[in-house]
Amino acid sequence: MSTRLSNRAKGEMKLGWLLSAPAVIILLAVTGYPILQAVYYSFFNYRLTDPDNRFVNWGHNYLVILTDPLWWQTIWVTLLLTVVTVAVELVLGFALALVMLNALKSVRPWVRTAILIPYGIITVVAAFSWKYAFDLGTGFVGTWLSMPGFDWFGDFWSSFLVICAAEIWKTTPFISLLLLSGLAQIPGDMLEAATVDGATWWQRMSKVIIPNMKAAIMVALLFRTLDAFRVFDSVFVMTAGAQDTATVSFLTYNQSIGQLQLGMGSALSVLLFLSVALICLIFIKIFKVDLAQARGE
Amino acid sequence: MSGRRHTIWWIVISLVVAVYALFPVLWIVSLSLKSAGDVANRKFWPTTVDWSNYELIFTGAAKDLFLPALVNSIGICLIATLIAVVLATLTAYAVARLDFPGKKFILTMALAVSIFPVISLVTPLFRIWSAIGLYDTWVGLIIPYLSLTLPISIWTLAAFFRQIPWELEQAAQVDGATSFQAFRKVIVPLAAPGVFTTAIIAFFIAWNDFVYGISLTSTSAARPVPAALSFFTGASQFEEPAGAISAAAIVVTVPIIIIVLLFQRQIVSGLTSGAVKG
Repeated sequence: MSTRLSNRAKGEMKLGWLLSAPAVIILLAVTGYPILQAVYYSFFNYRLTDPDNRFVNWGHNYLVILTDPLWWQTIWVTLLLTVVTVAVELVLGFALALVMLNALKSVRPWVRTAILIPYGIITVVAAFSWKYAFDLGTGFVGTWLSMPGFDWFGDFWSSFLVICAAEIWKTTPFISLLLLSGLAQIPGDMLEAATVDGATWWQRMSKVIIPNMKAAIMVALLFRTLDAFRVFDSVFVMTAGAQDTATVSFLTYNQSIGQLQLGMGSALSVLLFLSVALICLIFIKIFKVDLAQARGE
Repeated sequence: MSGRRHTIWWIVISLVVAVYALFPVLWIVSLSLKSAGDVANRKFWPTTVDWSNYELIFTGAAKDLFLPALVNSIGICLIATLIAVVLATLTAYAVARLDFPGKKFILTMALAVSIFPVISLVTPLFRIWSAIGLYDTWVGLIIPYLSLTLPISIWTLAAFFRQIPWELEQAAQVDGATSFQAFRKVIVPLAAPGVFTTAIIAFFIAWNDFVYGISLTSTSAARPVPAALSFFTGASQFEEPAGAISAAAIVVTVPIIIIVLLFQRQIVSGLTSGAVKG
């Protein structure tokens, strides 16, 4: 009996790694070396334009960053942007997923296509659209709201609002898609039974639908949060970090690509990575959903 | 009676949703049809419909920059999506269904890769690609796009696979099917909605990339649309490039609409076949 079990376990292990190997190899090959190099360079004083002046300065880069108020200001802005956009997107995305699922058969393909289009549009392009809509030079929004002289990109909160709006519009379909597939996998007879038993819409939602799609919600939330925290394109296009709207990614870009401070940029990349990893950890602890825990539930 | 009211309600909801989703697109369309004098008129609609922004892209100065980029983007993103979804399906199945040491490592590693800032990966990749001749080639972009699309594909598919009724696979195995047969005959049809959803997401992620596209290409041999757009912006001699950017944006949105429509049908058929499982 025990040998048969261990043979089976061996077979599973073999098959498991056989199936996983191609993806794992590609991921490690493409990212392993660059990631290690980023960690390595983060301990250097290294500017690409001044390679002779390259030396190990140990933790100095990190010390400089962590004692700079700009870093903490950037973290705060990025967190605020993440919380606001993801919270709005979860509610809106769920509503849109319900619309995609339940819309009248005759218009359903068109409604679904319409909802998905913002996500297909390149972020840079979407950002341009929202920027031009609010911009003092080209924007119609000021005209429509009868505040023609108002410079939306002239102070923090209005710039922040426009960036949030653009991000929400562009990425909500991502959450909707994942939630739609979660919704579609809820057994129909379970819902019917709840309806027959006289459950209200809200009861069906909170007792049947949401608990049954916890995994889909978790994945959608997790990846959206991670993406939102690294927001770059919209900020770059709309404000280029003006009015204190710089995010952590934008700061990193400015250091490594903009100013070619490879050492400082790498340290920022590592800190950005660690922040994101921390968020990730918190998420998995709160939701207690373990994707690796496979069968037998 | 209530049926008709229901219908009217849904028509209203559908209209509201469509306006919400398409309004910024309509704005880009409108902006793209404005003449140079109209662009700064701060109104939503153009006073006269003017096609000069499109002429610039298709027959004008930006033609050689824009059209090859469109071909590159479509080809590179489709190939990357196909490879990513196939590989991720295999991996996610293994992770969700099989018991083997290392699956936690795979998920954690995929997550770690997906959350590492792309900006810090690009400089080392540029050096390696130049050394081995992958710089400015399709393959040179497909590979990093796999690293963008594989992690989320694996995680998403693993989540879907967990919600599939496993008894069916066990039943197939009891009936004498091997693990692989059980995978191919039972799980793949059940997982189809998830797989197609994943394909859409993977394609959009690749299509959306800007940092790799601009850093790992230098000519129209492989330069994708987002990177070309930024060159286009810089190259334009207009006072206000808004109109030209908008025209280019509309052109790159058309394949997206086609692909969404195409996959949308697949999702629906996948959903209906998945619904049979009960």
